[in-house]
Parts: sequence; structure tokens; C-alpha cells
Amino acid sequence: MSDMPNLTHLQRLESEAIHIMREVAAETEKPVMLYSVGKDSAVMLHIARKAFYPSPPPFPLLHVDTTWKFKDMYELRDRAAKKAGMELLVYHNPEAEERGINPFDHGALHTDMWKTEGLKQALDLHGFDAAFGGARRDEEKSRAKERVFSFRTASHGWDPKNQRPELWNLYNAKKRKGESIRVFPISNWTELDVWQYIQLENIEIVPLYFAARRPTYVHDGQLFMADDIERLEKVMGKMPEITERSIRFRTLGCFPLTGAVESEASNLSEVIQETLLTTTSERQGRVIDKDEGGAGMEKKKQEGYF
Amino acid sequence: MADTNTTDPVYKTDALIADDIDAYLDQHQHKTMLRFITCGSVDDGKSTLIGRLLYDSKMIFEDQLAALENDSKRVGTQGKDIDFALLVDGLAAEREQGITIDVAYRFFNTEKRKFIVADCPGHEQYTRNMVTGASTADLAVILIDARKGVLVQTRRHSYLCHLLGIRNIVLAVNKMDLVDYSQDVFDKIVADYTEFANSIGIESFTAMPISGFKGDNITEAPSSNTPWYTGPSLVSHLESVEVNADYAAERPFRMPVQWVNRPNLDFRGFSGLIATGSVKPGDTVRVLPSGKTSTVKSVVTMDGDLDEAVAGQSVTLTLADEIDCSRGNVIAVADNPPEVADQFEATVVWLADDDLHVGRSYWLKLGTQTVSATVQEPKYEIDVNTMEHLAAKTLSLNEIGVAEVLADKPLVFEPYADNAALGGFILIDKVTNATVAAGMLHFSLRRSQNVHLQPTDIGRAEHASMKNQTPRVLWFTGLSGSGKSTIANEVEKRLAVMNRHTFLLDGDNVRHGLNKDLGFTEADRIENIRRIGEVAKLMTDAGLIVLTAFISPFRAERQMVRDLMEDGEFIEIFVDTPLEVAEQRDVKGLYKKARSGQLKNFTGIDSPYEEPENPDIVVNTVEMTVEEAADYVIRKILPLK
Repeated sequence: MSDMPNLTHLQRLESEAIHIMREVAAETEKPVMLYSVGKDSAVMLHIARKAFYPSPPPFPLLHVDTTWKFKDMYELRDRAAKKAGMELLVYHNPEAEERGINPFDHGALHTDMWKTEGLKQALDLHGFDAAFGGARRDEEKSRAKERVFSFRTASHGWDPKNQRPELWNLYNAKKRKGESIRVFPISNWTELDVWQYIQLENIEIVPLYFAARRPTYVHDGQLFMADDIERLEKVMGKMPEITERSIRFRTLGCFPLTGAVESEASNLSEVIQETLLTTTSERQGRVIDKDEGGAGMEKKKQEGYF
Repeated sequence: MADTNTTDPVYKTDALIADDIDAYLDQHQHKTMLRFITCGSVDDGKSTLIGRLLYDSKMIFEDQLAALENDSKRVGTQGKDIDFALLVDGLAAEREQGITIDVAYRFFNTEKRKFIVADCPGHEQYTRNMVTGASTADLAVILIDARKGVLVQTRRHSYLCHLLGIRNIVLAVNKMDLVDYSQDVFDKIVADYTEFANSIGIESFTAMPISGFKGDNITEAPSSNTPWYTGPSLVSHLESVEVNADYAAERPFRMPVQWVNRPNLDFRGFSGLIATGSVKPGDTVRVLPSGKTSTVKSVVTMDGDLDEAVAGQSVTLTLADEIDCSRGNVIAVADNPPEVADQFEATVVWLADDDLHVGRSYWLKLGTQTVSATVQEPKYEIDVNTMEHLAAKTLSLNEIGVAEVLADKPLVFEPYADNAALGGFILIDKVTNATVAAGMLHFSLRRSQNVHLQPTDIGRAEHASMKNQTPRVLWFTGLSGSGKSTIANEVEKRLAVMNRHTFLLDGDNVRHGLNKDLGFTEADRIENIRRIGEVAKLMTDAGLIVLTAFISPFRAERQMVRDLMEDGEFIEIFVDTPLEVAEQRDVKGLYKKARSGQLKNFTGIDSPYEEPENPDIVVNTVEMTVEEAADYVIRKILPLK
């Protein structure tokens, strides 16, 4: 370090994220880290381990599950939590479970009940007053303006008109009982930063990010992976034609909602290369943002979606 | 794609990505980061400029580009050309949605650096947004429309950036294409700006003629349209300028402790982000505020212990000794630690709709320290458009003032100008939990504590005895034109005849010398009186009878002077002349100027005069002549010994 007085941008971003996490650990009563098993979550978890080393991070991981994630995701989730020495909490919205809410029959309701409602229920159940999320400002227009410490009312609402000013690296974590704060330690990272950090730090991510031959089907003009054929059949009735293709995913969510891209990129360098040369923005693969026109994400956030 | 106003790909990285991704990644890995703020309104072409930077650096994906082309045709203002401004999402959209116009952060890369742009609205009602964006910026790009030159908003933006301590200022004279790329226009603007910049303490800036719309001098310089320009392009300047961290690394070591790391009984570490300087194992450090010293045992990270860590790094330090250290403490180099104090002068920027309540207890967060603090009545407010100091009783949304801040516990601090991490603070309302203000500490108010009085053998009693008189301060107060100086002069003549040793202090002999640096704001008036009081006090120590003739409009300051003197020495003489009478006399024509607005903060017109509640002597100039008044004062102060 002594021969390199100028920190690189990734060193700065990492240091900033560590600072944010420590502030939360010091100033809130019961923090939790939301963990979606995606690459941004992986980076966040890795930084949390660094921030508190040699202690384990002083908060649990929370996965608000929809039961429709890829099998590979469940597998990595359990292993990553164990490696970090952190408690893993998995939450299923009991109402969604009971009513059999699924991505095919229920469309937007699927996300709303499993994720949005599920998250609120889980936070209330455990009484968490701060929740880390892996959102980045470069992802989407309404995120560009969101604070690092994003205040939520007792009913989890976000009021974009009334955000707390955030100066220097001074974060205001004061709140009343029942209110909470969503904290975004990697706000200032871009997709490229995330990928490069994963490479430099050798962070394990779900293999689905890398191209491999996988069973696929086409639905509504988009390419999907048949991750759990039995279950798909049950819900879809007639299963569309399944073809093996070399595919990978730019982002991971519920397998019936997450579009795949045909690709041959089987290692990180190639994935990054493809990402950089790709000309569609990252969230295009996710069906969720297209609901309700361009304001979809903003609306979801106001309702309490992460 | 309508391509008439776009240049060829400039950041030449595309080929590298395709040909040798590992070489590209290696390059990207070693990039440094620059955070900058763009200041200017939409009319100055700010959105167009940012849009172009994003576009040129390939930060726009195909779907976004398709939307951009579409929108450009539909609502754009550039005909068939791409309207880059639409990329930056547009204040219009925000207005439609009713969202508070806010700071938006955007990102782009060049071959050398990663950039984070804080894009802030420029109007006065968004001062708080600008201050927020400026607080983390290494550099400010201040846009000027070449057709309009230096405007009030240019001054405001420059002042705010300077206030927040931004060292690198770029004056981007934009829309050069609309003034035929005229060097004369550019030079004139630079000359105007230089004059202004020097007046507010901006030592240097970099000026460049650009066109965000046409692309001149953005990525390559000089553009063929400005062969006379010899400086760098905007992008190459942004790529090479020194960032704040470079300055921070050179300062003495300070690390505010965020969190005590105690995984087990054998390990006790102190985690924090190094604010300034560097630290190595073996360094002697001091923990503040306690002042205890120890030695750094190790610099711990998950990647292994470090030989050295520098400003900007988040680390965990272990110390050789078991000394008290917890969140809020600052670990610093032992022989050059920061100050500890509980009273400060600070510049405060008010960020909330609810006004500052003087004397109310707020949470003050400075680094990792949180204490209760009150803000005193502002010494003055700063007009962000003219930089004038104005009298103020409080601060409202977007107002900036200088005030004393009193904390209930000692804070480890450094002046903001030296170290933003230990000099910048926020205030939090204890009831609503809102962040209501941001502030910058200047200095502690206990600087005089180390100055000890020097006892002298010939004291005030000896001086007075030699002059055969009792020292007095005859303090004439009243409106401008009430007759203070005239009467004081007559009184002094009478005392001279009586062989007394006197001195008359008035505006002429004080304002032209001792106090020539002071204006007429409330704060300057207070300081004016304080100094006069101190001078009068020294003169009474010397045995003199001091006459003063100043408006001295505020009771608090007259009381302050009275408190400086021995009991009975201060004689407050109220020259009671009604405003109508004084204004009618208007010997110096000042009332006329004040009424027409040429003269601001004029007592009795737009600045208050607080009449004495219990004056020692009242002189009614409507009923008495000057001679009668002087005789009356003499009678009232007898005997003189």
C-alpha cells in the first residue's frame, strides 16, 4: 500500500461500503442484511465479512424467499451463510404459500405477495430497524436519487419527496420505534465494478451467471430455463417445448420470471466482456420492471419493495 | 441514428474490450476515482454536457439509446439531433411527478478514471441540494452560458463550492458555438470571473471554452473551432486533476473510531475509516479526547495485516496498551493531535422547512461523535447571491449563516478547511429526527484560555491619580443624525476647559482605522462595538475620560461594554431624537439613500434600534440646544474626582 498512495476506485468503493456497514452496526439496534443470492448480494456479504473481521458480521442474513428461485441459488445461499459464520433467516409469506401464489397464474401479485409483503412481514416479525440491500444507483432512474440511508415509515413506505439530506459520510440513523432504514452500501458501484470486484476478490457466485448448456423454453418471446420441470408442468399445464441451449443469466430472480441470454461466456473475464459489449441495460432481463410502464420500480419501492 | 452532432468514439476502449478483455480489466482495476459536481441551470447546458459525457463514454445501452432517439424526436429541442439533455432524465419529469428536485448521481468511466457526477439543480431554492452534492465532490464544473457571462447564479454556485471546500474549480464556458467561438468573449468572461473568484478567496480555477452540444474541447483539445485555446480538454483535465484524497494523505494521521471489534477476549481492535494521513505498526498514537497514548500493534484487515494504511482506507487497529477507546474517540498521531473543544464558531447551512430555533438542543453528528448542541443567534447571514453579510435572528431553509455552536460535551475536531471529516457536521432535530442543518466548524471559542494577564506595577489607580480625575466612559447612543457626535464634542470642549484628560472615540477615528474591516451587518456592528468597548476600557485603565459617539443600536452590546468597566464608570447617555426628526435633519443624506434602498442595514429603516431601558442620562435634542445638552451632561457627571 505504501508504494500506492492513490487508492483505486474499487478500493475506495469497498472502503466506503465498509464504513457504511460499521455505521449501521454501531448506530442501529437490530440490523439485518437482505440476501437475495444474486451477484450484488454476494459482493455485499463479502464486504460485510471484511468490515467486521475478525468478528463475524454482527447481524443475520435474511432471505425473503418466493420458493421459485433457481436450485443453484438455494444451494449457494446456505453455503455462503455458513462460510460467513452468520445466522441465515429464510422467510416465506404464509399467505402466499397457502394460496399457492405463483408467477404464472398471478403475475404481478406473485412479486407483490412473496417479495414486497413477505419482506415487510419478515422485518416486522423480527423487529429489524435497519436492513442492508444491494441496490445500486446505476441500475435505474429512481435509484439514482435514493439515499444510502433510505428512511422508511412504520408501514415501510418510502417518501421520495421527503428524503433526508445526506452530506459527507455523515448518515442520520435516528428514527422512531417501528420506523426503519434501508441501507445501500454499494450505491455508488456500477455493474462493471461489481463484476470486477467479484473477479479480484475471487467471490463465489451462482454458476448460472456463467454460460452452460441448460434446458430452456421460450415464453412470451423470452428465453427461460426449465429449472424444475416437474413444478413448471404442474403450474403451466402444458409444458412448452424444451431445448438445450448454451445460456447464462445477467440477473437472477424467480426462474419463471428471469429471462436468460444465449451465451458462450463461461468464465468471469468472458462474462464481463460480454456485459460490456452488450447493448441492453441490465434490468431488461427482469420482467418485474416492465409492469406498469416506466414508473414500475418507483411505485414498487413506495409500496415497500426493496 | 442522427449523428451530426456526435464525435467518433473517444474513449477507445471498445476495441480493447473485444480484443483483450484481461488487458482492459487490468486497466480498469487501476483506475482512480473522481467525484465531481456540475453546477448550472438547464439553460446553461448542464444536462446536455452530462448526457454527452455519458454518451461518449458508452455508458448508454442500446435500449436507452433507442428511447433517447425516440424522445429526441418527440420532445427534444435539437431538431433531428440527439438531445443529450433527455438522457439526464430531466427535471421536467421530476416536476411532473412532483418529486423534490434532488441530487442525482451518475457514473461513467474513461481509460484513467471512474467518475461519479452529482447532478444538482441550480436555482436558489435548491441551495441545500447543491450543498449536499458539493459535500463529497473533489471538483466542481461551473457552467456559464457564453452568451450571458458571469451571472448571479455563477457567483452563488462558486461561493457554495468554495464554502464546502472544493479545491478544484472548472469554469466551463459553454455554448461557445453560439458566440462564433470568440476568444474575446471567452477572455472577457474569464477576466470577470477571476475578479469575482479572487474576492471570495478562490485561489485558482481552470477555465475552458466548450460546447456540450457540438462537443468542442470535451474530449479533445483544442477543437478546430478554438485554435486559440491552449488548455486541456474537459475530460483530460478530469482525468488528471488531484483528488481530495491526495491532500488528505499528506495531513497528520486521524481515524475516528466507528466500532470496537471484540470477537473474543484476546482481540480488541478499533475499526474506522482513516480520515487523514497514514498509520503503521509501531506508530505512537494518542486517543482523544482522553489524551492517552499507545503504540499501534497491528493494522488488521481480512486480507492480512498491513504494513501501512492511508487516508481513505477502512481498517481495524490494535494497540499495544489496554487503554480506553470507544466509538466517537479519535485515534491520532501522538505529537500532533487535533483539538478538543465544546464551543465553536461555525458556518451553518439550514436544510429544513422548519427554521433554526436559537438555543434549542439538537443532535450534532461530527465524524462518529454525536452530542447535544445548541446554535446561538447567527452573527450574520450570508446572501448567497451577493456574499453580503446580513443581520439575522434565525436561519430558514437554504439560508447560510455564521453562528456559535455550543456542545454539551467536548468534541474532537479540526477546522473544516483543514479536515472535512473532523470539521463537517450535521444537526438532527430531536423530535422529528430530520437532518435539519449541515455545518462547518471554523475554530473553537476558547482560544483565549492560554493567554494570561500580565500584572503591571503602574495600575489604573496610579494613572487616574496622576491625572487627578476619575476615569469614565461617557457612552452616547442614538439614531444616526440624533446629534451624538456634536454633543459629545461640546462636552469634551467643556472638559478640556476644566483641565481634564479626555479622548473622543467616534466613527471617523475608529471606522477609518481600527475597524475599517467591518461593515454594517448586525455581526459587524456587534464586533465594532466590542472593539470600541475594549479600546475604551484600555483608555480608562490609562486614566482617561472617554467619550464615545456611536449609534450602538443593540442593548446587548452596550451591556457588554458596561460589563467590561468598573461599577459606575460606564455612563450611558441616550441622545433621544425621534426618527422623524433625525430623518428630517439627514445631515449626511444617509436616510435618503436608505429609503431608496441604496444603503442596506440602516438603523431605524431596515435595521432595529433598541432604546436604552435605564439610561444614566437622557438628552432630548428636540427641546435642548447643543450647548444646553452639553451643560446638562456635565452637570450630571460631576464631580469628576
